[in-house]
Formats: sequence, structure tokens, C-alpha cells
Amino acid sequence: MNVELIGLTKRYGAAIAVDGIDLKVPSGAYCCLLGPSGCGKTTTLRMIGGHERVSAGEVVIGPKAVGDAPPAERGTAMMFQSYALFPHLDARDNVAFSLKMRGIGKAERRAKAMAMLDLVQMGHLAGRLPAQLSGGQQQRVALARALVTGPKVLLLDEPLSALDPFLRVRMRVELKRIQTELGLTFIHVTHSQEEAMALSDLVVVMNAGRIEQAADPRTVFERPATAFVARFIGGHNVIRLPDGLVAVRADRMRLGAEAGPSAVPARVVAVEYQGTSVHVGLDADGLERPPESPAALTAILSDADFSARPLRPGDTVPVGWDEAAAHRLDA
Amino acid sequence: MSGLTFPLPPVERGRGGGGADGTAPLDPAPPPPPAPPPRGEESRVAPLRPRRALAYLQAAPLALIFLIFLVIPLVLTGIVSLWEYNEYEIIPALTLQNYADVFDGCLSADLCTTLRTYLSTVKFVALTLAITLPLGFAIAYFLAFHIRSGTVRMGLFLLCTIPFWTSNVIRMISWIPLLGRNGLINDTLRALGLIRQPIEGLLYSDFAVVLAFVHLDTVFMIVPIFNSLARIDRRLIEAARDCGASGAQILWTVILPLAKPGIAIGTIFVTTLVMGDFVTVGVMGGQQIASVGKVIQVQMAYLQFPAAAANAMVLLAAVLLMILGLTRMIDLRREL
Repeated sequence: MNVELIGLTKRYGAAIAVDGIDLKVPSGAYCCLLGPSGCGKTTTLRMIGGHERVSAGEVVIGPKAVGDAPPAERGTAMMFQSYALFPHLDARDNVAFSLKMRGIGKAERRAKAMAMLDLVQMGHLAGRLPAQLSGGQQQRVALARALVTGPKVLLLDEPLSALDPFLRVRMRVELKRIQTELGLTFIHVTHSQEEAMALSDLVVVMNAGRIEQAADPRTVFERPATAFVARFIGGHNVIRLPDGLVAVRADRMRLGAEAGPSAVPARVVAVEYQGTSVHVGLDADGLERPPESPAALTAILSDADFSARPLRPGDTVPVGWDEAAAHRLDA
Repeated sequence: MSGLTFPLPPVERGRGGGGADGTAPLDPAPPPPPAPPPRGEESRVAPLRPRRALAYLQAAPLALIFLIFLVIPLVLTGIVSLWEYNEYEIIPALTLQNYADVFDGCLSADLCTTLRTYLSTVKFVALTLAITLPLGFAIAYFLAFHIRSGTVRMGLFLLCTIPFWTSNVIRMISWIPLLGRNGLINDTLRALGLIRQPIEGLLYSDFAVVLAFVHLDTVFMIVPIFNSLARIDRRLIEAARDCGASGAQILWTVILPLAKPGIAIGTIFVTTLVMGDFVTVGVMGGQQIASVGKVIQVQMAYLQFPAAAANAMVLLAAVLLMILGLTRMIDLRREL
């Protein structure tokens, strides 16, 4: 089912958490709400799910505006951060919980819960209490619990943030598989641009309660709409030119002889070896360092290029970029 | 939270502290140097023993207090309960006569005095629990879920402790001007023309006894239940709502099961307090209602120490059995 937000606003007293955002998520899409903490992404998710009262605007799920309908009447289900499994119920009863609330008989709801647990490969641990499950296993149970009532839209609040990096990647694949298999609309809140890139059909970058850009991951990365998006998504240098801001992908920076005619001399301030690539931090006169950044510019070189012409902190090197790689920013 | 938490049983706390002391410092210890393996092994094992000794040492003061003020008196009471006595002396000779006296006539068809007394006391336990449990749960629920500010919560908790700001006897006596034949309630009702004759059962009755118990013991229900409720993750309630649970369903299927340890502890408190009481039943019952504690007190007053000791041992056994039954229903050790 498609989800549409129209002028959606959330105010807490005088503070505005979500500032009149408009968004269309097509049916069956994997949508990631991406942004730094406090940008309003979780509040937006909670308003879609009916866990937060809407101050102004409307949430439309499928054909109808849901207003202040309770969560269960919206056709949405939410997977909570840190899972919120019921500690006194085993995995099967956790999954069967919403069926029990709907008055479905014991045999039927247990059978359905077991089928769901099998879908997330947790059937063999159905009798365990949440405390006896690992983080990844708890997450699978939480996913099964959210899916058991057959929601049309699944809302996920930072579902992977509590997992260790390896498990995170595995669960990411799993989430995508289940979303594709069931053909559901997923709306996933995350602060990790890597996660958003890997999963989504639609990345919604949010900042200070507003949407900075909503597009497919490739568009967001190739043509970031604003300096904020370019910085947040990473892999870009935001450079102030006399006629405005441009974003240049860090891997399109040219150093040394290839730097071209418009090159400027820059000091190497950091060299980070990353395996397949090397990140070189550069400072140049007239370029401001973005806040909390070690260098004004970053150039990403392939390890072969780097070892052909190694650089060390303190070296001076001409730096420039392909004119074609520079993307003009709105603000 | 509010800083008002229910104290864990002291023995547990001692063990927990000792355990943490025993393991925590091991973690940052550098891996044993590979060069001389036997010495590396030694240095990993050796510190354990002094630490365990330290843990015992830390638990020792409390254990000593329990030994002196709980174990030894109990053993002495047990011994005295087996001694003979007559009108003017206690004879240190073994006999089971005191216990036989307690259960005198209990094998016949009629209820013996002891059994009737116990039934009366258990009735008070049941009545008090039936009121303090829902009342305490409701207050604890209000404090835990509806009060956001820690200061307000603290203030309301202090309000709950007001009955304890004065002595038990004064608390009892204070009921008389309120409940008495010419007390405030009767006078008011008469003045309003609602009744002609004063209501007699307000004071010196089962009603008065239960009222006093509720007044005194509700706070012992509130604190442990509040402690359980305060530990419930609020996201569980949101998750339950997301699953389509109504308010009543959330209360019944999520909050109540998670409050079980608090309910059990509160129930143990109230049960033991009411079972062992003699003052409240005496004063509020106008010295007309029997209770187990009262029987023991009277025997003490007549210096029949062995008889009182035997009664005390039977009471102890009865209370322990009740608590055992409770802990069978709820695995407190696990829930804590």
C-alpha cells in the first residue's frame, strides 16, 4: 500500500520536531528515512504508525487518511528499536500476541506464529524467552511479531543499530529478502547512510524537521540536492566557488599531474589506508574545514594509484577535479 | 527514577557485590605473557581465592547480625518451647506437652481454639489482602505511569508514609474519635438525619480491624509493586498497542504479569504483618477478637513462656508455609 504524508507537522510546545513534510512512498517500496539524531525521522515514523499525535497535516495510507486511528486499524506494524519483546512470553507467544488480542483461538494463532517464526528462521527456538535469545535472534522474533497480522506497511525504527557490524549486514540482506518476498512497503528509520544506500528504493534525507531530498539512492549520491545531503551521505567534498557551492565526489578528485589546469596546491594532513582504497585528507588555502572534519578536502584513491605515487602527511600536492564531476548545489 | 527502590534481600546484595568484585578486575588484566606458561597460569588463578575470602568478609557483618538477632533467638525459642512449666517455674526438661496443648482438641469434630484463632487471623489476612492488593496496585500504577516528575512522585511517596510518622498506639487511638459511638462519622450522619441510632459496628469490630490493617499495610504493597512497575520498559506498552491490545488487555497481559514479583513481595509483607499482629486486633477489636499474636501475648503476660514459645513456633511454621506456597506460584529468585 502506498503511504503519503501531506504537510505533516509535529510540534512539542514551541519546538517543531517535524515541519510540514510532504512525501509519497509508492506501494512495495523500501523507503529509508535518513538523517542525524534529532532530525525528526523517528517522530515521522511514529506519526505514520499512530504512536504520536499529528499536530497538523495528514497521513494517508492506501486509499484513506488515517487521522488519529489507533495503530492496529492502520494496516501498519512497527518494529521497535531494541525490539520491545515481551520478556515474560516465549518467542512463539510474542509472535502470537497480536493474534491473541484479536481473539483468535489458541491452536490457530500458534500455528500462524510458528509459520512466521519459520519465515525468519527462528522456528527451532520458539520456546525460548527473549532473555535467552541473542540480539539477532530477538530481532528476528520482533520481525515475525510485526509481520504476523499481515500488515501492508512495516515501520522499522533503527532496527539494525543494536547489532554488531557483521550481523547488521546479514540482517540487512534478510530484511530486503523478506520485503521483496512479501511485497510490502517498508519504511525504515536509520542514521546510517550505508544502510540507506544498501536497502532502499527511496532515500529520504531529513534535517531539522524537513526533507532535504527524497530520491533513489543513486540520484542522492550522484546529485545531492543540498550541501547538507552531500555532507551527510558522505563521499563528497563540498567546495565553495566564487559562483556558489559544488559537490565533488571524493573519488573524482585528481591529485598531482592529473590535477588539470585549475589545480590548487594543497597540504596532505591525513592518510588513511582502507584496503581497496586510500583516503587522503587535504588542506588548501582559502578552503574552510567543515565542522568536525579532519581536513578541508578528502580524496579517495585506489590502492594501486596510491602505491604508484605515495603521499605522506606534510607533502604538498596540486589538487583539482573533473569539471564534469562537479555537481552544483542549491544551498 | 525516584530513588525509592525496594531493598533486595541483604544476603543477595552481599553475594552480588562480592561476585562483581570477584570478576570485574579480571577483565582488564593483560593476557598472560606467553614466555613462561606455568607462571602465567598461576597469576590467573591465584587472585581468585583472596577475592572470594573478601566477598565472605563483606557479607560477614550482616551474617553476624542475622546470627545474633535472628538465628540464636529462634533456636532459643525452639528450645524453650520444649520445656516444662508450672504456675511458678520453668523446668528445663524435654516435653512435647506444650505442642499438645496448642492442638488440644483439634482431632475432635468441633474446631479447637487454636484452629478457630488461626481461621480468624487468616480471615483478616484474606480481607486485608483483598483490599490492599488492588488499592496498592492502583496507587503504584498511578505513581509509576501517570506521574512524570520525580519530585512530585517523591512527594506523593512521602504522603503514603504519613501514617508512620507517629506511634502505632496513637494511630489506633486516633480512630476512636472518628469511628466511636459518638464519633465524627456517627454524629455527622445523625446530624444529616441519615440515621437515628449510631452505627455500632464502626469501632471494636472486624470492620475496624480490617480498616486499621489497610491503613497501615497498604504502603507495604505500594512500594514493591511500584518498583516492579517502574522497571517495565514503556516501549513494551507501545508494542502491545501496536499489536492491537486495548487498555484492559495491556493491563492484563503485559503489566500484571510483569508486576508479579512486586505483588508477591507485597503479599508476603502484608501476610506476615497481619499474621503476627496483636496490637491492631486488640485495640481495634476492643480486646474481643482473638488472634494468634494475641494468644502469644497473653501467655507471655502470664509468664507461660514455654507455651508462648510453642505457639510462636507453630505460627512461624504456618507463615513459612504460606510464603512457600506463594513462592511456588512465582519464582521470586528468577524474577528479581
